[in-house]
Amino acid sequence: MAGLATSFGSGAMSNSIDDIAEQAKAYFVIGSNTTEQHPVIGYRLRQAVKQRGAILIVADPRRIALTDFATLHLRHKPGSDIALLNGLMHIILANGWEDKEFITTRSEGFEEFKAVLEQYPPEKVAEITGVPVEDLQRAAELMAKSKPMAVLWAMGITQHITGVRNVMDLANLQMLLGNMGISGGGVNPLRGQNNVQGACDMGGLPNVFPGYQSVTNPEAVAKFAKAWELVKDEGGRRKDESGEQEAEDFILHPSSFILSDKVGMTVTEMIPGILTGKTHSLYILGEDPVMSEADTNHVRKCLEACDFIVLQEIFPSETSAYADVLLPGVSFAEKSGTFTNTERRIQMVRKAVEPPGEAREDWWITAELAKRMLAEGGRQLAEGAYASWDYKNTSDILTEINALAPSYGGITNARLERGETLQWPCPNAEHPGTPILHVGKFTRGLGKFTPIEHIPPAELPDDEYPMVLSTGRVLYHWHGGQMSRRSQGLLEIYPKPLIEINEDDAARLGLDPSTGSPVPAALAQAGQAGSQRVRVASRRGSIEAEAMVTNRVPPSMVYANFHFPEASVNELTIAALDPVSKIPEFKVCAVKVEVVK
Amino acid sequence: MTVNLTINGQKIQAETGQTVLQAARAVGIHIPVLCEHPALPPDGACRICLVEIEKQRGLQPACTFPATEGLVISTHSPRVMDSRKFTLELLISDHPLDCMTCEATGDCTLQDLAYEYGVKDSRYQGKQHNYPLDASNPFIQVERNKCILCRRCVRACSHINGVEAISVFYRGFNAYIGFGADGRMQDSSCEFCGSCVAVCPTGALWPKMSIGKGRPWQVEKVDTICSYCGVGCKLSLHIRDNQIIRVEGANGPANHGWTCVKGRFGYDYVHHPDRVLTPRVRRYLLEGVKKPENRESRIENSKGGTNLDSLVSNFWDWVETDWDTALNIVAEKLRTKRDTHGPDSIGVLTSAKCTNEENYLMNKFARQVIGTNNIDHCARL
Repeated sequence: MAGLATSFGSGAMSNSIDDIAEQAKAYFVIGSNTTEQHPVIGYRLRQAVKQRGAILIVADPRRIALTDFATLHLRHKPGSDIALLNGLMHIILANGWEDKEFITTRSEGFEEFKAVLEQYPPEKVAEITGVPVEDLQRAAELMAKSKPMAVLWAMGITQHITGVRNVMDLANLQMLLGNMGISGGGVNPLRGQNNVQGACDMGGLPNVFPGYQSVTNPEAVAKFAKAWELVKDEGGRRKDESGEQEAEDFILHPSSFILSDKVGMTVTEMIPGILTGKTHSLYILGEDPVMSEADTNHVRKCLEACDFIVLQEIFPSETSAYADVLLPGVSFAEKSGTFTNTERRIQMVRKAVEPPGEAREDWWITAELAKRMLAEGGRQLAEGAYASWDYKNTSDILTEINALAPSYGGITNARLERGETLQWPCPNAEHPGTPILHVGKFTRGLGKFTPIEHIPPAELPDDEYPMVLSTGRVLYHWHGGQMSRRSQGLLEIYPKPLIEINEDDAARLGLDPSTGSPVPAALAQAGQAGSQRVRVASRRGSIEAEAMVTNRVPPSMVYANFHFPEASVNELTIAALDPVSKIPEFKVCAVKVEVVK
Repeated sequence: MTVNLTINGQKIQAETGQTVLQAARAVGIHIPVLCEHPALPPDGACRICLVEIEKQRGLQPACTFPATEGLVISTHSPRVMDSRKFTLELLISDHPLDCMTCEATGDCTLQDLAYEYGVKDSRYQGKQHNYPLDASNPFIQVERNKCILCRRCVRACSHINGVEAISVFYRGFNAYIGFGADGRMQDSSCEFCGSCVAVCPTGALWPKMSIGKGRPWQVEKVDTICSYCGVGCKLSLHIRDNQIIRVEGANGPANHGWTCVKGRFGYDYVHHPDRVLTPRVRRYLLEGVKKPENRESRIENSKGGTNLDSLVSNFWDWVETDWDTALNIVAEKLRTKRDTHGPDSIGVLTSAKCTNEENYLMNKFARQVIGTNNIDHCARL
């Protein structure tokens, strides 16, 4: 998100699913295992290839299922995305295939950017990435001659220490080819969770209020201070001359309050912050950091040391062992409201069944807590138009969102009830929504070319840890697995963690290659006699699980998932963060593999 | 370009490239179909949509016959009606007539057509298939005796999903649908998206999890959005007695009626016995004592260990409480923490699985009630 915000002024999928599915002449899928992680978009890609001969270029270290349908598979080394992209753009420029008009009229920073590309000739790029020169040439030519081309990516691009730079380089590529702001083109980061787009849009981020209004922007702070105003308090937290807050102030005046204009901590800072004394308490809604964070051992140590943890969940999770209070929320089927999908489309969620036991809708729980905390502190709700927590239902809350988040201004309950499914930005009740972003003009005005240099991953293989580990999910499970492991059929089809290992490495380690066969047949049979266990260890931990011998992974690479607590790959992963987005480098770390005797 | 044709004496216009069936449908003229499905390429397999077209020698399938200038068509002439009845009788001659207990009753095109054409029985008594029931995978039950070889599933697998896991094996009376190299579904390239189930006009392919759970008229259908990935598939939840008994793809702008294995079959977690049913707090919070310091024994015990000789561990036990007790404890604790260590000592993790409204409230809670911007979620993970 941060990458696209720098290049274009806003960070979200620029085009719509239907638009890219129907209009693109070519697709460049990099770092997205689309058919397993966004299956219905995966179908559309396969349809485009089969039914109208669209060009599909897949860049992925693994031979993911989508490569069966690809015109060309660029099997680059993990962590070499920038070198690959720069190499492709070098060839595009060398042949004069760039969109000169687009570059002149809609972008800035091209000359500086071009200078960096000169350092990425095909031979050098082939060496860094492991992709043959002729494949680089062919890919560049396909991209240049099959327009519009849509670029699709997911966590394979962002979960690197260079994640933000990877994204900016993809933005560079699409500007160079003139594929921005047009039907069938665009930059299309596929968002993972059902409402990860909405959680970002609603200010579930440490740097922005709802609608991406910066917490460091005085106007935005003033706007929300006014909207959420409580009783005015003369003894409020003040700043001294240096701008530092005086800690004593809120101890002396416990009921005092001002809206913070300081960027907060990300999840990847909050949790380690427990051990450094920054974080004392956590209020966690529907998240399972023990499973989903990098370097599980460290996460456990942090959570053990936390003063007070409130967890609002539907199941006891790996994280609930560390919680002081567990509040029963409800599942999607038991609540109403809206989700925003990957293409920025807001759709209605409708309650279908009554919650079990005493479980309550999550919005009710949060509102009750807020009311009690305010009462406890003697703070009273006052004249601010949206200060109150007296919501009768979720449509009351949506009305407040309409008023405070400009991009959601016109996405009203009445329109949703009429069956409209609008894509933001949709600033007012007459606005039809925005299927394609950046048409004619970028959010920031001109698109910004950014010179990006290749940087190797934080932890590369060495003599002690000679293999590369990459991580992800599989079709039949979901993230930390709290839902999918409790779905009987999904668990039956994929019952246990499996570690993908290449035939050559298996042979070297003395693993029986017959344990490997195409998925999912291998998955169904994984528990049968003859399957062998391997131990994978990194500098941070080790796991044992059954090996799946498969040439999906290249030699010297293993791949594992974090769906099962008994062997979660996050015991091994490294919490090396992208300096801007603070996303950990899940996709590359160094490991050693042994057969369990 | 448009063409003019006459159907049942009614003059209509159609677009060039449309079939007779599409042209008739566009003006509301009903032609029965079995193998035809609007989302799939036509196959012309079942002969139910045959119509009489002047100057054509035999009856023609409306689903494949192009609408061209000057056609004069009868969709329900005596000759057509006889033909359809004959076709249905042939189909039924090799189809179990167990509608009373068949899962598909009320949701079966063959049953609807037999009703419409008054076909109770078949004049053609002959050999019947007796395939074994294939219930070897957790999602899709295959009952080949009920298959009418319409090939909708074959086309859905190829045309919608794309993996081509289903095909027809052998020919004539011996023909049947099979998977991969004629093995089990789970050994083929099948991804269990269930698109084949969605298009099956009979009970041949049926969602195994829904068997015996209710008839179509006994369920309430609620449209909502899937809880798994970010595609945002619209789903139709079929509810009976406060239980989800089946999920189907609904026609939303992101999925056009299709969905994947998790969306269609991964719903039973909602009713899993592990669900947290009441608020729980650690005993120490109720006893008014300090949080147990011995973290290792605390964690061991919470995993179900038997370290009961330690009082410390008992204070870490879960105690079920009412909402008031739990909420008041949390409010008091967070309030104290905020006042002692400052608002930035509290971190709020909101949820990419929850609604916009809930995420908005978590943002307001962190910023307005606590006074911190320490709010984030798993977008980075």
